[in-house]
Amino acid sequence: MTLSTPATLSPVAADVVRQRLQGRRFDRGGTLFRCLLVVMISITVMILVVLITTVIADGWSVLSSGLGDFLRSDLSSRVDRAGVAQGLKGTMTIGAIVVMVAFPVGIGAAVYLEEYAPRTLLTRLFDINIRNLAGVPSVVYGILGFSLFVRGLPGLTGGRSVLSAGLTLAILVLPIVIITSAEAIRAVPDSLREAGFGVGATRWEVIRTNVLPYAAPGILTGTVLSLSRAIGEAAPLILVGAVMGFFTGGSGLDVREPFTALPIVIFYWAKQPSTWQANTAAAIVVLLVVVLVLNAGAIFLRNHYEKSR
Amino acid sequence: MNGAALSVADFRGSPRRVRTESVFRGLFFLAALLSIVISGLIVASLLSEAISFISNVDIPTLWSSGGWFPRRGYFDVKTIVVGSLLVTVIGMLIAVPLGLGTAIYLAEYARPKIRRILKPALEMLAGIPSVVVGVFALTWISPELVRRFFDATLFNLVAAGIGVGILTVPLVASISEDAMRAVPQALREAAYGMGARKVTTSIRVVIPAAVSGLVAAFIVAVSRAIGETMVVAIAAGGTGGSRFTTDVLGPGQTMTAAMAALASGTDQVTGSGNAFQSLFFVGLLLFSITLALNIVAERFVRRVRQRY
Repeated sequence: MTLSTPATLSPVAADVVRQRLQGRRFDRGGTLFRCLLVVMISITVMILVVLITTVIADGWSVLSSGLGDFLRSDLSSRVDRAGVAQGLKGTMTIGAIVVMVAFPVGIGAAVYLEEYAPRTLLTRLFDINIRNLAGVPSVVYGILGFSLFVRGLPGLTGGRSVLSAGLTLAILVLPIVIITSAEAIRAVPDSLREAGFGVGATRWEVIRTNVLPYAAPGILTGTVLSLSRAIGEAAPLILVGAVMGFFTGGSGLDVREPFTALPIVIFYWAKQPSTWQANTAAAIVVLLVVVLVLNAGAIFLRNHYEKSR
Repeated sequence: MNGAALSVADFRGSPRRVRTESVFRGLFFLAALLSIVISGLIVASLLSEAISFISNVDIPTLWSSGGWFPRRGYFDVKTIVVGSLLVTVIGMLIAVPLGLGTAIYLAEYARPKIRRILKPALEMLAGIPSVVVGVFALTWISPELVRRFFDATLFNLVAAGIGVGILTVPLVASISEDAMRAVPQALREAAYGMGARKVTTSIRVVIPAAVSGLVAAFIVAVSRAIGETMVVAIAAGGTGGSRFTTDVLGPGQTMTAAMAALASGTDQVTGSGNAFQSLFFVGLLLFSITLALNIVAERFVRRVRQRY
């Protein structure tokens, strides 16, 4: 039996049908779409590559000739003498304050929300409130820091000090710490909790011995990412009154002294004449190394533990 | 031991354990309560100075004084609001195609091996501080992209907008990808079963099913773009102030950059005067806009969660 097209079908239509059935199976639209997607993702990756290579190229003269001096020198009005020591010190101090303040408080709040909180209106309010806090622009946290720590509690913080800055950034990352920690705690299987309760442990004992150890990698990943976010922030520090330009001090251990931080140094140098461009780029490389090492550590941790489960 | 029958109190455990339990419960509750206190403090710190600003200025001039020059007493809010909008629109023109394309590729096309390389690259991009992107916008995007093709000044809103767009690409990509991955596999299989191609399945089945999440991604990105400070402060060149402008090839000022400019430079916020108080007014405006956007986005996200 041979297949024949109905007599009424035009030869053109018959050709189309033949083409459809016998022609090459090449999905032109689909390939085009796929190419488009690959172009989009290539541009995204290219941006990252171009950004990093231009920064390294611009800062190469400083990085290759005197990285040690650059890391050890204070801020200066002379290009060849200026370094990031004070900025690095400020950033480290701020990071330490964030770790000491935001991490315990954030993890504590997450434990309350996931383990203790009854399903009431108040709990829902906590939840909505934290999500909204996470979306508040960083510069607004700067205003809060200025009103609360610089103007409100100068006796405690010393005004425009690294302590004010650290506390402000601790508040800034608090919602992120809470949200990521809560997610990690939520992922702990209930059977682990029930095993604890079954042998007569109190809730806190269950949390301490069963829940937190299991959730620790997830919590650690989230907190490290939020630390790297805090270290890269500049806008709130401008509001809190980080020193732009050069100043003496900021090298002791007094957290109530005037301060600067790496992102602020970069911002200030970026506004100088183009002779400062190499210094700006070198400072960016230093900041990126700090931030990306933290991020890479967090991502590695997460992948490591995801694999082992 | 008096040999009497056990009472309920005997089963409560040692008083020390009970005390520890309630102490920790209280501490954790206080930690959670702190987030509400912070919200309250943000509103309080913005409100009082913003109100005294409003009562000190002539309200019609907020929309018609032709420029934002706080030190000279010109508070044209229109200038900085329009500036923020222009930067946001340019940013979204970059972030939406790049972020959405990346998300569709990662969710629908990428093999696990490629995904394992692309995901960290995207996370790396997300981790780059905004001040770095700002310098990149000024030293590379502006001369190499914008000024190569357009007659623009070194400081211009397009370069700042592209920088803001770059910052939000990872955000759009990750929220969109999550939304598309949440679409049940059965929907895709149904489409394939009816002979649909991969592209048809992606565009006509997966994207419509994930549309709430995609809208949420867009709104969150807009909110983030409006609140972005450092890129604009570095690359848009509105130090001190700006005339009202819609010329994206020239310098301009946004709400956030205006706040940074008020707080930086030789004349830092001193604690008095209208210029100082305008900082709080702009902050309140910014806070209200982003809060509204975030609440709307949250609605859309919840819709995704409810459906699947």
